[in-house]
Amino acid sequence: MAGIPIPTGRAAVNRRTSGLVQGLRSGDTFAHLFTLLCAASILLVTVALVHQLYINSALPRHKFGFHFLIGRTWDPVNGDFGALPFIYGTLITSALALLVAVPMGVGAAIFLSELAPPRISNAMTFVIELLAAVPSVIYGLLGIFILVPFLRQYGEPFLKRILGFLPLFQGPAYGVGMLAGGLVLAIMVVPFIISVSRDVLMAVPVEQREAALALGATKWESTWEVVVPYARIGIMASIFLSLARALGETMAVTMVIGGTPAISASLFAPGYSIAAVIADQFAEATGDLYIQTLIELGLVLFALTIVINGLARVFIISTTKKGSGH
Amino acid sequence: MKRLPYLSTVLLGTAVVLVGLVQFQSLPTTAAPAPDSVMLNGAGASFPYPIYAKWFSDYNKLHSDIQINYQSIGSGGGIRQLLSGTVDFGASDAPMTDQQLGEAKTKILHFPTVLGAVVPSYNIPGLSKELDFTPDVLADIFLGKISKWNDPAIAKSNQGVNLPATDIVVVHRSDASGTSFVWTDYLSKVSPEWESKVGRNIAVNWPVGLGGKGNEGVTGLVKQTPGAIGYIELLYALQNGVAFGRVRNSAGVFLKADLASVTAAATGFEKTIPADFRISITNAPGKASYPICSFTYLLIPTTFADAKKKQVVKNFLTWMLNDGQKDAEPLSYARLPKEVVARELKQISQIQ
Repeated sequence: MAGIPIPTGRAAVNRRTSGLVQGLRSGDTFAHLFTLLCAASILLVTVALVHQLYINSALPRHKFGFHFLIGRTWDPVNGDFGALPFIYGTLITSALALLVAVPMGVGAAIFLSELAPPRISNAMTFVIELLAAVPSVIYGLLGIFILVPFLRQYGEPFLKRILGFLPLFQGPAYGVGMLAGGLVLAIMVVPFIISVSRDVLMAVPVEQREAALALGATKWESTWEVVVPYARIGIMASIFLSLARALGETMAVTMVIGGTPAISASLFAPGYSIAAVIADQFAEATGDLYIQTLIELGLVLFALTIVINGLARVFIISTTKKGSGH
Repeated sequence: MKRLPYLSTVLLGTAVVLVGLVQFQSLPTTAAPAPDSVMLNGAGASFPYPIYAKWFSDYNKLHSDIQINYQSIGSGGGIRQLLSGTVDFGASDAPMTDQQLGEAKTKILHFPTVLGAVVPSYNIPGLSKELDFTPDVLADIFLGKISKWNDPAIAKSNQGVNLPATDIVVVHRSDASGTSFVWTDYLSKVSPEWESKVGRNIAVNWPVGLGGKGNEGVTGLVKQTPGAIGYIELLYALQNGVAFGRVRNSAGVFLKADLASVTAAATGFEKTIPADFRISITNAPGKASYPICSFTYLLIPTTFADAKKKQVVKNFLTWMLNDGQKDAEPLSYARLPKEVVARELKQISQIQ
């Protein structure tokens, strides 16, 4: 109905109908209303989400107050709950994921956009985009059947031997734990980083490269000194997108993190993340306090995501000001 | 030559997608009901889902105008939905608490349907013989007080077994679960220390160990980790060929859980089962009783607004307690003792 009218005889007749219909028909008013509705609905969903999380977590908010955020006990029997081990687990696994995924992802994106022959680049991009669409439970299975046994038998003993003097790499090697959680997340977010960063790098104007080469830069110098800085903001965006995914990722982490609400210096130790504990315990939870505490954890995760996204924004703005490429 | 990596990467990608598709294959589809048909909706425990699915499907074959839908969303979710009135009946592994029953708009009846049991599964490479566990040993292992497999307390009940000097890795459920309730309920009954320090619930503050999601998660961790011990449902252990140890019952006999010894546990409590069937049957009396068992229940309101629905529920319960029980063993569930069936049949008349 709302297509662009073609000035035929019939359209001319239709033009004589009321102004609103004409506005809708011409597309402008309709597009305006429709897109406004889309934008408003997003806002509405967000507000409704926070509202629901807030009103449905009244019990633990009153009972624990802000102490909830630093409490370390998780005891459903006695109704004593604290969120700190889950916040810790969420942050550590996400940080670990980025630590591994960013160099790998950006490196791969540079290779695909700048160095690889187009044939290989296209084939690999296709596979990477496939990987980005794989459901997270599959990554969880990959974690359970391949990553966890590998970490227990080879990865963790190796790290212990080389870096065992650090508290990060001490304790028994169970396979499951923070390290496994972080690595599974890394594997999951790498496709995002590669895919977005590659697109951004490809979008850098060819004049930029040519100018650098004309000034006598080598291929790598032009890539590293000109193209990458030019695309920096886009690459940053891909990283923050990945961070958001890592913070909220549920299934895969639940399957390998070890399901233990404890704070331990060692990456080998089992931990827990906010999303994982909600997924694990919400279905069976009974009793208002228990259920509402899990909902409050959702609120905490929401707040955590907002804070981190805010920091990311500040970071991007501050780096753009002193930035070189623009 | 150049085509080869492309081809193999595409194949790999396709394989990954296929694995994904297999995971999410065929959701159950429900046929459109006939005009004068009755449709019942229920939700709750996931443990009895396989047999409930068979019962409801078989019952539909016998009475094509009756359709019973069941969603295995977990016991807690089942109770919540029943209390909020979004389903006709609920299902739970643990009986409802007095407080929950108080919140209900109508009286709710508990109908035990089948029995489940929980078994200790372990992984000790090169062990010469199956292990025997006393209640104290199980409690102390899960409290973290026994941390080596060659601990004298374990050796005492396992004479002549080559127990290694390796660390014990305790594996428990990370998700809230009826299985954890049965396990911690049992440990609470046999160990005062466990009861005061940890207690019984679908999820507890575990003193030691790793968490695995679901029976499959715990089994996976136990299988992969040398020196591990975890608890899993008997049903899961039997169907997946997972090895597990014997447990000493209250009469002092070491028993390996099987369907007969689980039914025997319910028989052992027959005299003490209260009128509303809300009872924990862990640590049951009787030489033949396996000590870590529980009922799983259908939660049925006593009043139905729709007379047709009421009659269907009553008929179904009668069928389930008679013919339906025969389906239990082939699906690795322990059936109800005759005495319990007789009492439940009487309870059906309370549905008005």
